[in-house]
Amino acid sequence: MPTKAESEVTSEAPVAVREPGSAGDATISVRGVVKSYGDVRALDGVDLEAAAGTVLGVLGPNGAGKTTAVRVMTTLLKPDAGTIRVAGLDAVRDAAALREKIGLAGQYAAVDENLTGAENLTMVGRLYGMDRAAAKARAAELLERFDLVEAGGRPARTYSGGMRRRLDLAAALVARPPVLFLDEPTSGLDPRSRLALWETIEGLVADGTTVLLTTQYLDEADRLADRIAVIDKGRVIADGTPDELKDKVGGERLEIQPAEGADVSAVAAALAPMSDETPFTEDGRVKLPVRQRTGAIVEAVRRLDEAGVGVDDIGLARPTLDDVFLTLTGHAAEERENGKEEDR
Amino acid sequence: MSRLVSDTLVIAERNLVRLPRAPDLLLAFTVQPIMFVLLFVYVFGGAISTPGYDYVDFLIPGIIVQNIAFGGFVTAIGLNEDLSKGLIDRFRSLPMARPAVLAGRTLSDVVTNGLSVVVLVVTGLIIGFNFDASAVEIVAGFGILLLFGYAFSWVFAWLGLIVSSPESANSVGFIAVFPLTFISSAFVPVDSMPDVLQWFADVNPFTIVVDAMRALWLGAPAGNSIWGAVVWSIAILAIFAPLAVARYRKAAGGR
Repeated sequence: MPTKAESEVTSEAPVAVREPGSAGDATISVRGVVKSYGDVRALDGVDLEAAAGTVLGVLGPNGAGKTTAVRVMTTLLKPDAGTIRVAGLDAVRDAAALREKIGLAGQYAAVDENLTGAENLTMVGRLYGMDRAAAKARAAELLERFDLVEAGGRPARTYSGGMRRRLDLAAALVARPPVLFLDEPTSGLDPRSRLALWETIEGLVADGTTVLLTTQYLDEADRLADRIAVIDKGRVIADGTPDELKDKVGGERLEIQPAEGADVSAVAAALAPMSDETPFTEDGRVKLPVRQRTGAIVEAVRRLDEAGVGVDDIGLARPTLDDVFLTLTGHAAEERENGKEEDR
Repeated sequence: MSRLVSDTLVIAERNLVRLPRAPDLLLAFTVQPIMFVLLFVYVFGGAISTPGYDYVDFLIPGIIVQNIAFGGFVTAIGLNEDLSKGLIDRFRSLPMARPAVLAGRTLSDVVTNGLSVVVLVVTGLIIGFNFDASAVEIVAGFGILLLFGYAFSWVFAWLGLIVSSPESANSVGFIAVFPLTFISSAFVPVDSMPDVLQWFADVNPFTIVVDAMRALWLGAPAGNSIWGAVVWSIAILAIFAPLAVARYRKAAGGR
């Protein structure tokens, strides 16, 4: 996986048009927002902050309140309490004006399946108040940029999942919004489409767009976000840079499956110098957190070889969302998912 | 205000452009009504006695009214799909006129209703339907049909926003509208029905609209039917348009 700095460089290529997204105030500031549905507090005093031109990742399991948060910030829902300022505007008082400044791409690629890609984008442009010619020109520009020129004349129902997401994202960008909200933009995508979408998002950020992105995936937040807010049961339970968060969780872990009959404690002893913490054993596997990903496996193999211990399997495990939740809350991310399909 | 008009037209255009690409809907406007006309005229028609009229003359105004009431189905199904697929969220995040989504929907129904009226009138003329009316009366008949159809589009708009899926929009609408159209003067003379049904049929707006159409197109005695049809249409509109708009705000915002 490339580091953040590298990926920004490589993402220059697919960006054809420079988005003037950096103009004006493009910050997001959410203070004490509460939103209830009946007895359920979907948002229970949420604070979020994103500086202009940065990416704020909102990380959480299904049902944590991520989508509700996006919906109050994009004027789709009125909060019960709290204040939301986006791009210098109040999301409740100045809702109409704010809609001119934001783009939204939701969980379900919200495109009209019976319209072609070009027609979808033209329609959105005209609903932003562009005349037909301007809307068509902007649609053509976006199709080009999102590699949909060939598919632009076909009904969107013939598109693959990745193409739909690109079209959806393009629709969110029609008016060149300085602030972009992406609600789980890559859920359900195959790894290749996911990577392509990441690069597109990085391109937008490089052009100065402020992005708020919700995700269930730690690696996605890690790669794209400047800051991450972890949300659970309608509350922000942790926030910071990806590195700060990973420090809390313990970073990556080396996992070793000793060979049949091998001395497990010998494995642990051989590897102990590699970590600040004591290796522990779980289900017959030896696990230890490592600071440095690079070279960790090679070093471990060398040490084990020198110690003369046989090994069946060795690998690095990244901290997952579950690890984050286990560390921060003491419960797993998925256990409240039963009977709740959507994040509302 | 001009944004409301232009946004409504954009949405209406969107609904109409996609129509030819959904062949099942296009069939619903064309082949299905023709099939019903042929069934009624040639299968049931011989057994139904309509004193003073050939059955085909009696039937055409009735079946057109039935059809136009069902024309709003497209609105119910379309709105429900837009809700479930997140398009309503997209629209609501745009700086567009809020009522335009519903206004555009129902406006495009007027176009498709016009299309299906023409298809049915042409079918009728081919199998022996005759106007007994002046040009003004024929045009006035079209006017009442489109007004009544427009009013029903709002009923279906409301329906499309309260049901959970396009399929249930379909079946709930069918269960609600089907008896209304059949217990009316649309297909058989009302005085051939049992007393209870006659009482219902006489106050049924469908009977009133069908009678208005027969008065305008066949020269049947009008009574109060023409005014009644207009008043009913406006009343339905006045009740269901605000209901649909309120439901739209709630359905879209509350999810």
